[in-house]
Order: sequence, then structure tokens, then C-alpha cells
Amino acid sequence: MKVDLKKVEEILSRYDQAEHSLIAVLQDLQKEFNYLPQEALKLVSERLGVPYSQTYHVATFYKAFSLIPRGRHLITVCTGTACHVKGAPLILDALKRELGIGPGETTPDMEYTLETVNCLGSCALAPLVVIDGVYHGKMMGTKVLKLLKGKEGDASEES
Amino acid sequence: MRLRSPEDLERLRKRAQAERKEREGKKGIVLCAGTGCRGAGALEVWEAFRREIGERADVRLMNTCCHGFCERGPIVIVEPEGIFYQRVTPKDVAEIVAETLNGGKVIERLLYKDPKTGEPIPYEKDIPFYKKQKRLIFGNNRYIDPTRIEDYIALGGYKALIKALFEMTPEEIIEEVKRSGLRGRGGGGFPTGRKWESCRNAHGEPKYVICNADEGDPGAYMDRSLLEGNPHSVLEGMIIGAYAIGAHEGFVYVRNEYPLAVQNVTTAIAQAEDYGLLGDDILGSGFSFRVKVVRGGGAFVCGESTALMASIEGKPGEPRAKYIHTVESGIWGKPSNLNNVETWANVPLIIREGADWYSQIGTEGSKGTKIFSLVGKINNTGLIEVPMGITLREIVYEIGGGIPGGKKFKAVQTGGPSGGCIPEELLDLPVDFDELTKAGSMMGSGGMIVMDEETCMVDVARYFVTFLEDESCGKCVPCREGLMQMRKILERITRGEGKEEDIPLLEEICEAMRDGSLCALGGTAPNPVLTTLKYFRDEYEAHIKEKRCPAGVCRELITYYIDEEACTGCGRCLRVCPAEAITGEKKEPHRIDPEKCIKCGSCKEVCRFDAVKVK
Repeated sequence: MKVDLKKVEEILSRYDQAEHSLIAVLQDLQKEFNYLPQEALKLVSERLGVPYSQTYHVATFYKAFSLIPRGRHLITVCTGTACHVKGAPLILDALKRELGIGPGETTPDMEYTLETVNCLGSCALAPLVVIDGVYHGKMMGTKVLKLLKGKEGDASEES
Repeated sequence: MRLRSPEDLERLRKRAQAERKEREGKKGIVLCAGTGCRGAGALEVWEAFRREIGERADVRLMNTCCHGFCERGPIVIVEPEGIFYQRVTPKDVAEIVAETLNGGKVIERLLYKDPKTGEPIPYEKDIPFYKKQKRLIFGNNRYIDPTRIEDYIALGGYKALIKALFEMTPEEIIEEVKRSGLRGRGGGGFPTGRKWESCRNAHGEPKYVICNADEGDPGAYMDRSLLEGNPHSVLEGMIIGAYAIGAHEGFVYVRNEYPLAVQNVTTAIAQAEDYGLLGDDILGSGFSFRVKVVRGGGAFVCGESTALMASIEGKPGEPRAKYIHTVESGIWGKPSNLNNVETWANVPLIIREGADWYSQIGTEGSKGTKIFSLVGKINNTGLIEVPMGITLREIVYEIGGGIPGGKKFKAVQTGGPSGGCIPEELLDLPVDFDELTKAGSMMGSGGMIVMDEETCMVDVARYFVTFLEDESCGKCVPCREGLMQMRKILERITRGEGKEEDIPLLEEICEAMRDGSLCALGGTAPNPVLTTLKYFRDEYEAHIKEKRCPAGVCRELITYYIDEEACTGCGRCLRVCPAEAITGEKKEPHRIDPEKCIKCGSCKEVCRFDAVKVK
């Protein structure tokens, strides 16, 4: 996949060309491309005067970044403590079973990426699953599978 | 419009208050649209009100952030009476406008009902959840549109700043904060005034102040809600602190997973700059101070001060040994003073009301109030602000309304992954920094996760250790290797493969980690293991000796079965079972084949008759 380096330049131009801008730039890149393309990382290193090794270190250290492209739909299971004690592990298992992938992975057809998050601070909705930015509270394994089916366009039965 | 003197600010305040006064007694809708209520659909409710009310000039629609009672969100308050409606959906909006706003009638269905008497309660102040609270820091959220600095100013905002800049010397401010007894709300509980003093006395220029809003503890979200709901209280605290310390630059380091907090604090900074409350020559005092927002990259360890500062510099967030404290050598090797969101928000209150007043609240060693997020197996999930020294029992049963479904209380976990689990016999413990530490836990940033009889304490220990293993930066050996070994042992125990010598081995690893880790992440990581071993050793023993999980959680040790008495043979479980392990004729009791069952829990989720059991 060809990366539009003009977009990278545009993002870089929003910040001081210095080391302390690195994380902010990577965040914007992640948002723009849904992952961090290698060509972009090289250009960022050059512009900010940061060794490529350090850029790579930062890109792999922080959870917000992904070095591989993510799927069309992002499913995030909150695994904070409140969600954990209210059944998040069973929800995660149901999704793993259904999609055939683990957290941090993407289905081969690039449809779904499954992720976990430590806490979204919406504990009244526990257990919580976020699908493409929409919060689904008081989830259960069976309910989340119905939601997924709904995404595929099937009529989903409300319970 | 730039304010060039305290008098300018007071004139603005008069105008803001007059505007406020004019609204008093008039019709209005106050909607809680914090992240919690948004998740429950508050923005849809907001849109519905906008459509319904349209251009009517006699009704003011106000969008605030968190009121605390997240369990009952979205929350709507109808002015002028202050009628408290809960769990409002867009469908209720037309009725609220027609009946309550126009007709002055209360809609009983939307009121909170006293769980004991079933009596509907129309006003917030009478709801048991709010009654025992002391909401000095958090209470203003309800009256503030966080995108309007004028709302904060009308409530006395930036008064403390005037007092600090024009009536007090930096030394006097530090003395006042020291006398107030304020301790760091981020977890460590270090005396704030002493920290400021060290930073003021440290050699080197420039100096920095930092607001730590990298709230990483799972189950804690008070910092987010403060920053979302009342960002100026945090900024005012930071400006006062910067003046006391002698800093001219500051940072708010906030989790990127909190988009609304990032947005609201960014807006607040821009508005404060416009009014000259940030920037050069603040209110004509000659003092200059600027604040930048830095978004975190999603690493738990960045809540640790040295890791956070490395992250601000654009480096991986790895802590360093603190032979030299960050107050002397922090960001770029310069003196840096880091305090948590809630700590900063306490500062204006202390300066405005005085240390003598402030230190009357709380216990001997812990002054003031603390905001906790009360979550997990509790009826009233939400954010609560209580005076230090309140007992856990009052929090869990009076404010929290007890455990749902009539289940039995087992433990409350405080202090995040570095904290511990406190059992029922310690429920009368007064909550403050020292008492929680004595019990083997800690205050942490204020997460309180309630657990009931269906929570397995070995699984909880495994959960926290797995969490920390994932979040350990890997720089020092005790933390990196210790956590991995502990996780392996705990997994073994939860699978029923534990050995009796595992318990002393866990204790030995804990000791090594506590003594040998570089930073507090590793140093406190043993707490969840040690406290569960201390208070719930029988559960470990049941797993190891009897190969049994008493709470019915650990998958390898449990069996699902159907209670034939309760089963009506409706077939719901049969249809959802992904393993085809359930058989049975319609209207006849069903059966689960334990050989085929994959223990996914689907049958238990869908059963309407509570007939699926776990043993």
C-alpha cells in the first residue's frame, strides 16, 4: 500500500520539529492511517531529528500505536476491573471464538480488529464493549455476537 | 477581552453572577453529558431536547459533565424546581417538556425510588446516594457548563488566584498548603506543600509544574470527570502552584482514551488565555504562566512521575531510579513538580477558605475529602466525594446501596493494581491514607471495586498480575520476571494444577519484588497477591487442595448444570449453545453434557428462570 507522504508532512507541520512532538505526531498518524506505516515513521524520524531506533521504540512501547493495518471495524472489549468481575472474560472468549482471532489481531479479510482496553471509566455500563466508537453497555457473550451479526446486515433479535 | 487587574476580574464576575441570578427561578434543563452518561445515550437525549425546545427563549438548556450517579444516567434536572430524573431516554423528552417544564407536574416514573421504601424521591439532595457525601470539589460540576469559563467565575472561580497573586507571597502559599495537610491524591499521599517547597528551593531554571491526568487505574475515573466537568478548578490550582514554586510553564498530561477531557481542558486553557488568566502578566501581577496539553500514549506506567516526564520529552515512558527526585531533576533535567488532577483541584479551595477551615475536614493524618469511583458489584455505581475517615461500610451500604441481587459482599479492592482487597471484617475501617496502607492496600487514585460471593479472589489476583505484567516496562528484572513467574503460578492454581508449595513461593517472589523493583509499579505489584493471600487464603487452598473454585469462576474447575426443578424447557439455552452440549425436549427439563460443554456461560446468560447453575 502506498502511503501518502503529503499527509505525513501536513501532520508534522502542526508541531514543533523537535523530539518532544514525537508522540503527538504518531498519535495523529495513527488516527489518519489507522496504523503507523514504516515510510511515515522514517520521515518523522528525519524531520524531528530523532533516531529511527527511538521512533520505533516509542511506536512499539505505547499501546495506542499499531505497526500493522487494522480492520474496517474495531471491536474493543473493556477489561478494567469492574468489567472483569462482571464478566468481560466470557465476552472476550465469545468474540475470540466467533472471529477466530485474539486481542490485537485482525481477521484475514480485514473486516474486524479485536482489542482490549484497560478501562474506559464508564464502569456503570460494565461490562462494556465498544464497536466502531459506539458504546454497548451491560454486555454479555450472547448479546455481543448478536451485535456482530447485526453488523453483517442480518436482522438481529432484541432480547 | 483581557483582564488586566483583579478589579477587571471582579467586574466580570459581577456580570456573570447577574446573568446567573436572572436565570434563577426560570425554566431550564440541566443534562449530565459526562462520558458515563454519554455512553448511556445522553447525547441522543440532548438532541431530543434541542428539537423539542427549539428556539424557545424562556428555557435554558445546559449541558454539564458528570454528576456522579452514573448508575442512573442519563440524568436530567428540570429547573427551577430541581426535579431529578434518571435513566432518561429520548422517548421521555416530549413528556418531560409537556408535563414538567410546561405543566409543572412531576413524572413519577422517571424519579429515583428509594430501594427500601419504594418511595419516589424528586430531589437530588434527598437521594441516599448523595446524602452522605461532602461534595466540595466535585459538587460544582452540576452548575457548570465546562465550555464556559464564566460559569466557573460566577461560582467564585479564580478568587483564590487573586488572593494568591496579590495578597500572599509564594512562601505564604506553600505554608498555607502545608498547614492544610493536603496530601497527593494520585496514590502516594505525599504532602503537597512539602513537595512544592522542595521544588521551589531546588536549583535550576526553568521550573515546570505538571498535572498528572494519566489516570490508568482500571475502575477509577474521577480525574477524568473533574477535568471534563470543571477544568478551570484544576487550572486555577496549577497557576497558584506555579506562582508558589516559581514556574512559568506547565503541562497537563492526559490519557488519549479520554477525548472529552482533552477537549474540555484544551478549551478551558484557550478561554483562560483570552481573559489573561494564563499567559504573560496575569491580571497585571507581573507573573507569567503557560500550560500545554500533552496526550498520553496509553501506557499505565506513565502514571509514574519519571515515566510521565520521559513521555513528555517524547521518549518511551520508562521510569528511572529516583536517587534524585523529580522536584530537583525532572523534565529535561529541570526541577519539576507533578501533582494529580484532584490534588490541583483542592488548591483553590484551600487558598480561598484557608488552611484552618480545610484541616477541620478529615482525619488526623488525612485532611479534606476524597473522590472515589464506586464500581463493580454495587447497586449505585458512580463517583462519590466523601470526607476522609468515613468507613467502608458507610460507603458500600449507605452510599452504594449494597450488593445487587441480594448477593453476599466479599471484598472491596482499593488502590488499583497496586492496591489490595479488603475483606468484610475490615468494613468498619475508616478510609484514609494510613489506615488503608495498614490493611495492606492503599488509597491509590480512588478506585473502589466491590466484589461479591461470585468473584474468585485467586482470579482477581491473577487478573491484576496479568495486567501489571502487560504494563511493566521491562526495564528492571524483579518486576519483569517476578510478574511473569507470579502470573504463571496463579494461572496454574486457577487451572487446578497448583501445588501446596506455590503459596510460599508466591510470598517469596512478592518480597523480592517489593525490595528490588525500580519504581512503584513493581514495588507495589505484590499487594493484590499478598492481600488475597492474607484475607482469602482458604480460596487459594480450595483451588490447590480440593481442585475447586468456591466462587464458580475458574473455568477448569467448574461444571455447568441445569436445575431440573427450575427449568421450564423453553429451549433458549439449547439455541444459543455454540457447542451443542444441551439436549432436551420442549417443555421438559434440559440437560448439559459436561463432556461437550465449553463453559462459555451462554446458557446461563439467556436463561430467564435462573435454572443454569455452576458448581
